[in-house]
Amino acid sequence: MSKEEHSGLEVVPVRHVGRWAGAVVVLIAIAMVIHTLFSRIPTGLSVCVTTAGKHVCHATTKWRFQWNVVGQWLFSSEVLHGILLTLELTAAAMAIGIVLGVIIAILRLSGNRLLSGPAWVYTWFFRGTPVYVQIFFWFEVGLLYPRLTLGLPFLPVTFVSAPSTVITGIIAAILGLGLNEAAYMAEIARAGIISVDEGQVEAATSLGMTKRQALRLVVLPQAMRVIVPPTGNEVISMLKTTSLAASIGVLELFGRAQNIYASNYQIIGLIITASLWYLFLTTVLSIGQFYLERRFARGALRTQPMTPIQRLRHDLKIVRGYTRHAPVTR
Amino acid sequence: MTTMVEARGVTKSYGSVPVLRGVDLTVSQGEVTCLIGPSGSGKSTFLRCINHLEKHDAGELLVEGHLVGYQLHNGKLYESSDKQICAARANIGMVFQRFNLFQHLTVLENLTIGQMKVKGVKEDDAKKRARVLLARVGLESREKNYPAQLSGGQQQRVAIARALAMEPRLMLFDEPTSALDPELVGEVLDVMRDLATSGMTMIVVTHEMGFAREVANTVYFLDQGVIEESGPPADVLGSPRSGRLRSFLSKVL
Repeated sequence: MSKEEHSGLEVVPVRHVGRWAGAVVVLIAIAMVIHTLFSRIPTGLSVCVTTAGKHVCHATTKWRFQWNVVGQWLFSSEVLHGILLTLELTAAAMAIGIVLGVIIAILRLSGNRLLSGPAWVYTWFFRGTPVYVQIFFWFEVGLLYPRLTLGLPFLPVTFVSAPSTVITGIIAAILGLGLNEAAYMAEIARAGIISVDEGQVEAATSLGMTKRQALRLVVLPQAMRVIVPPTGNEVISMLKTTSLAASIGVLELFGRAQNIYASNYQIIGLIITASLWYLFLTTVLSIGQFYLERRFARGALRTQPMTPIQRLRHDLKIVRGYTRHAPVTR
Repeated sequence: MTTMVEARGVTKSYGSVPVLRGVDLTVSQGEVTCLIGPSGSGKSTFLRCINHLEKHDAGELLVEGHLVGYQLHNGKLYESSDKQICAARANIGMVFQRFNLFQHLTVLENLTIGQMKVKGVKEDDAKKRARVLLARVGLESREKNYPAQLSGGQQQRVAIARALAMEPRLMLFDEPTSALDPELVGEVLDVMRDLATSGMTMIVVTHEMGFAREVANTVYFLDQGVIEESGPPADVLGSPRSGRLRSFLSKVL
């Protein structure tokens, strides 16, 4: 209510004492974090200078968080190569995860138990064991099968045969991450497919489309609206999970960082270097996710939400007085 | 007149619950047939059997002289392949109670997708035909809109145009106005009336007795899975013989 409605009397707002106290605590915490991030600690060494017969010693200090190490390694070619491999692992594992996941989801929704059963078992198994363990399994699969062979089942026909050494660390990491991801993607895709109204399939088939056409042209595009947001989360999660590959000697971003600090002992600095890159990459992916979600929301909303850039332009126009009381759609 | 749809003793159960208990019905080409009856009487189920969205259990169901869902060879019934069923469906247009427009496609794309993907029509020709049909249902200015941006009545008119885009020889309407606000019913019935005048064979499941009286050639009253009464609308709606039909009409009129 506006002041005028109170016949000129002064309005005293409610005081939120608890809110103020909370804000003070948070401010102190923020100050502490900033202080410790940029604090310096003694190195234990002194620098002594003798000028005009006077001998003066200063204790030297260094960044507690080794920012100088971060600056030294952030754009080094070792680290940049690690990032490239991290991105490659993420792309390869997600590609396997998405393709296999959608196939498993479709099998899972089949009326045939022989198709839906194994699809359920797949999800059960790969979701039920740690991805870290799975990566190690694929790395050591040579212990189980010294030779890998592609041929006709139960017949003495062989197309390709290779020693299991073809499973390098990178291949093992892609297999472990990708096959594990497929189990999660299957659940996401299944949720998306069953979120599409049954009437859509009926309408498609009543036009004479086959079940396959209805799935591809009508159901999956609409399921994407439900599938894309959690898939974006999976990509972001995968980008970080690739760091597990360091444990089997793959020199992706974290593997590189470990390699470097194993020789120079600047552990914290390199961990921070890797973390900053992970943060930067996940931020870029989040922005991509926003635009992708917007694309697949077509037709689901009466008006499209504005992009941050459009919103900025819109707000600027209001500030400049070009448009007044223009509706902002969120 | 050639027979478009013929049903003889069509039955269907969901588990142990019988829905259709021997439906007999004949629809000639160019005729408008209305199916009326209380909810749960099997009207919609029967309609969905005609284009094989539901599979009937027993009895004979023929569309243009062909069995629905089966092929007869040497005294044996062979179940139709998916391909054969799809080909048959493409000749039968269906309009649903809840429109079921493809939400991710524009109005124009809703009308072209079937033509292009099922009948292999070229994009330009499909668009041309789609625009003619949109003009016919009075929505030529809405071709770039998504279904969610249209009113219920407009969506149902697009759905009718979408079905017509496949150049069907038979149109099935499953309670096409039941999900609409009362003031939007008229615009959809107008389109259907216009379609009936143009000579389209139509089977309409409806609660709009006024429409049935005015447009239908034959009205069938279904109750508990059987045809209880049928004939010209003036007879069926004007002078009902069975007690059930009388009590039904007293509730809906």
